[in-house]
Amino acid sequence: MTTTSLPANPVPHPVPQPAPHALRPKTSASDAPHGPTGRMPAPAPRGPVSEALLGALRAGGPDDALLAPVTGALAQAGLEGPEAVEAVLSEDVQLALLVMYELHYRGVDGVDDAWEWHPGLLALRARVERPFEASLRARVPQPACEATDAAGVAERLFALAAQDDGPSLSRYVAKKADAEQARELLALKSVYQLKEADPHTWAIPRLSGAPKAALVEIQADEYGGGQAGRMHAELFARAMRGVGLEDCYGRYVDAVPAVSLVAVNTMSLLGLHRRLRGAIVGHLAAFEMTSSIPSRLYGNGFRRLGHDEGTTWYFDEHVEADAVHEQIAGRDLAGRLAEEEPGLRDDVLWGAAVCLAVEGDVAAWVLERWQRGASALRVPLAGA
Amino acid sequence: MTDERTPQVTVTACPDGPLLVRGPATILDADGRPVPRRRATVALCRCGGTAVPPWCDGTHKVNGYRSGPEPQDGSLS
Ligand code: FES
Repeated sequence: MTTTSLPANPVPHPVPQPAPHALRPKTSASDAPHGPTGRMPAPAPRGPVSEALLGALRAGGPDDALLAPVTGALAQAGLEGPEAVEAVLSEDVQLALLVMYELHYRGVDGVDDAWEWHPGLLALRARVERPFEASLRARVPQPACEATDAAGVAERLFALAAQDDGPSLSRYVAKKADAEQARELLALKSVYQLKEADPHTWAIPRLSGAPKAALVEIQADEYGGGQAGRMHAELFARAMRGVGLEDCYGRYVDAVPAVSLVAVNTMSLLGLHRRLRGAIVGHLAAFEMTSSIPSRLYGNGFRRLGHDEGTTWYFDEHVEADAVHEQIAGRDLAGRLAEEEPGLRDDVLWGAAVCLAVEGDVAAWVLERWQRGASALRVPLAGA
Repeated sequence: MTDERTPQVTVTACPDGPLLVRGPATILDADGRPVPRRRATVALCRCGGTAVPPWCDGTHKVNGYRSGPEPQDGSLS
């Protein structure tokens, strides 16, 4: 077995780690159980909460009795007191949250789909979501805004995105990243990008009128305008294959650090709660507004490293698509929603600020590691 | 009177940004040849700075482009 270089486990009682998936040979997408339509492979636990959760979910159909160890592990996880806003960001708890949310997307290998709406499990998820939302609120202050009309709110959103002074991962990739770092980037992004657009789609039935039409207009384009091969998630899978990665859904979850799981879980949190629909709309607007120019830089980096058009297509597509999407998202989606439901305006702006903050945290994490010659992943990618 | 059931072409002038074109418009190049449209809604660059003409690539956000005040007759939304 290949030796791994896992970072020190942040939980007080490390649990035995099964061989991480990132190092386990897998078959190709075409004949593997985890093809593009497949479930997320069950990840390796990162501590007592995720270990108890995966153990319970994989032990049988929904049953309160199976959840007792999860309840016990959560009680010990520090999610109640003042330290909760930190504790909820641990590798262990974020992985557990990712698994619970995944039941609403593609499902998890070996887990009965009936768990999705099991009240006992939902109650446990809420015990994690409360401190998680509190930690986001502590991390990201509410942006101020004078405007109440669509154009004014759109202008404020563009200004927030323009002021974002987070470190530029795309500039580093354009100029400096080596081949292995380019692969790490795609592995890191794959947890979200292989389900690109899905968390924001939750908002569609929660909106009406112009904002709904605008969101559908954006999402239809994200999903390839009716052509499966043009779906952005598919283009991303193609880029992964182009750099020699496996494109199976959830394939690299074990390699991805908590900071990146936080970014994905944030989208699920905002997307799955109707009361936070303003925030998921703002999140999408900020995501689109910080995409076209970085996508060009990412594409340049992959071209510099000698990758072909099929591999850079994903980034090239986003240059053009997101220049369209950012206008629709700013004006017709976020702006109009704030205008039509004034009570949501602050949530829209906060959601945008959350996006910039958590995505910025991922970029800072990656750059800090790359700049000192370390891997940005928990488990370096096996092979060349 | 326009038939509401026929999709209309609309062009939205985005402040400090591109022209957003919706509906069945054919975009022609300088020689009159149709430019292939790869999506239902497209953004035409009007700042002159794009690297993927005639489409907008977001460059207007970093080259200081200002579209100026909009006409007051409400013809642009
Ligand atoms: S208007 Fe966007 S790049 Fe010119």
